[in-house]
Amino acid sequence: MSASLFIEQLLNGLQFGVMLFLMSAGLTLVFGVMGLINLAHGSLYMVGAFVAAAVAGWSGSFWLGLAASLAAAALAGALVEMVVLRRLYRRDHLDQVLATFALILMFSEGTRWLFGAFPLYLDVPDVLAGSVHLPVLDIVYSRYRLAIILCGFVVAAGLYLLIARTRLGIRIRAGQSDRQMIGALGVDISTLYTLVFALGAALAGLAGALVGAIQSVEVGMGEPVLILAFVVIVIGGIGSIKGALIGAIIVGLTDTMGRFMLPVFFRQFMDNAAASSVGSALASMLIYILMAAILIIRPSGLFGKPA
Amino acid sequence: MNGRDPFIAFICLLLLASVALLALWLDEPYIITLATKVSILAMAGVGLNLALGHGGLVSFGHAAFFGIGGYVAGILASHALNYEPIMQSPWLIEGTTRMLIIWPIAALVCAAFAWLIGALSLRTSGVYFIMITLAFAQMIYYFAISWPGYGGEDGLSVYLRSTFPGMNTMNGIHFFAICFVWLMLAMGLCSRLVQSRFGLALQAARQNPVRVSTLGISPYKVQLTAFVMSGVITGIAGALYTDLNRFVSPSVLGWHTSGEIMVFVILGGVARLAGPLIGAAVFIILEQTLGSWSENWQFWLGAVLIVMVLHARGGIISLLDRRASRG
Repeated sequence: MSASLFIEQLLNGLQFGVMLFLMSAGLTLVFGVMGLINLAHGSLYMVGAFVAAAVAGWSGSFWLGLAASLAAAALAGALVEMVVLRRLYRRDHLDQVLATFALILMFSEGTRWLFGAFPLYLDVPDVLAGSVHLPVLDIVYSRYRLAIILCGFVVAAGLYLLIARTRLGIRIRAGQSDRQMIGALGVDISTLYTLVFALGAALAGLAGALVGAIQSVEVGMGEPVLILAFVVIVIGGIGSIKGALIGAIIVGLTDTMGRFMLPVFFRQFMDNAAASSVGSALASMLIYILMAAILIIRPSGLFGKPA
Repeated sequence: MNGRDPFIAFICLLLLASVALLALWLDEPYIITLATKVSILAMAGVGLNLALGHGGLVSFGHAAFFGIGGYVAGILASHALNYEPIMQSPWLIEGTTRMLIIWPIAALVCAAFAWLIGALSLRTSGVYFIMITLAFAQMIYYFAISWPGYGGEDGLSVYLRSTFPGMNTMNGIHFFAICFVWLMLAMGLCSRLVQSRFGLALQAARQNPVRVSTLGISPYKVQLTAFVMSGVITGIAGALYTDLNRFVSPSVLGWHTSGEIMVFVILGGVARLAGPLIGAAVFIILEQTLGSWSENWQFWLGAVLIVMVLHARGGIISLLDRRASRG
């Protein structure tokens, strides 16, 4: 195992983590502010990927596709919030789970209806195609993946500024700590909620569009990512953006490095076939083991407030 | 649970049995299979309802027990059918196709897993509990996918149903009878349990855990016991499901299965005796009728479910109840 391969995997893990952060930021905001468990968040990710692939394929421009995916996901999010979800904020989690489970069925089947059952593909734009040569340790790494990592950190910084420094951010934080009070102070809560939801949806759409150029765009692509995003926000502490960022990077690195290192590790004392089957079985379970361990030690996540 | 619940449950069970018998008379084996599927899924829901409804333990990981029960049945039967012992040293352990042996083993294995998962998960509460149970189920799901031993991702086929003395399990109505009796047993057990001292303690632990502990009852122990019983009931349903399909694959362990079992309970009515049965029956009926109308039936299923959540609070059973008490 060479050092450059190790660093390449480390960067892959970071890229995966950043993508998970884009997904979980919206999920954790929606939960923190509105108290809503949104299983359909993965569907917004799928919508983003499909719209990006379709618009980019039609216009030939990746950037147009990216912009369209943000707009489409935000629009879909706002629409779903206004038609269905806002009636569920006061209900218990069970009703929310059932309704958003139903939304997944509608989104998946609706997408299959519109785009057909075949996967779509999105090409990496020319500017970001190929690979870059990093001076450290002589590493060659995909330019596009590096761009995703950068984009994720820019979004994280932007979100931090939005929440910490703007009027909207103050309202979001106020909404998190006392819903009734900010309503009494004259803030239009339902518009605020729609806005927060659309923001989260746009981030999920962005994640979908960015990932769409690395993997195939197909129905059902959102569900595995949704579960991982839940793992992230639970590890980080529900409602905390900082927790989501740190949780996402922990999960991304653990998953990628686990898949890479565990078979190598087991090869030390097993034959090759057994090592790769034990290693990959354990690697696919690793983040869930990590999550269970963190919850057992800290029942409300790393940065969550105790219930 | 509500005073009229046993009556509603009795009517629903009677309906299910009559549908199966009518299908036998009209020679419609497919309907019998569907009625069997409803019985099994309803039983899985009855198990979940004990934890989720009465205990307030919202488990998003009951697919784990459903799948483990299913895999126990599948593994035991496939060893027996292929004449390969499970273990040769130090003892000889052979597979079996006898349901009367498969069920207790499935129950024991599920109890062990439910105890382990419950003991760890009950340290958290609320949304974190939902997510940690999901995490455990996903662990088992990924294990089943990546472990090559029993078919891995492709699943495990069992070409004959397991046997039950005096019955021909390959005959649709015989197998329906077995599943139906299990459903009755599970519902009977739950209705007795909920009215017992234990059931009262369980419901009190949901409503006010502090008060329960000042009375000298440990909420943790009561909830853990309920979680284990819930897992065992769902697990036995899983074992029956393997026999119904003569096939078990990792998809029964997936989070979609957990979601669906939860949908049965919520759709029918949470913490109501007949809730899971009504929910499972309506779900299967919707799946079948919408499926015959439109290729995109899942879209319409989603739409119907949303309308039901928004307008039928307390599930379908509360709609029936309201109408009955008005009339």
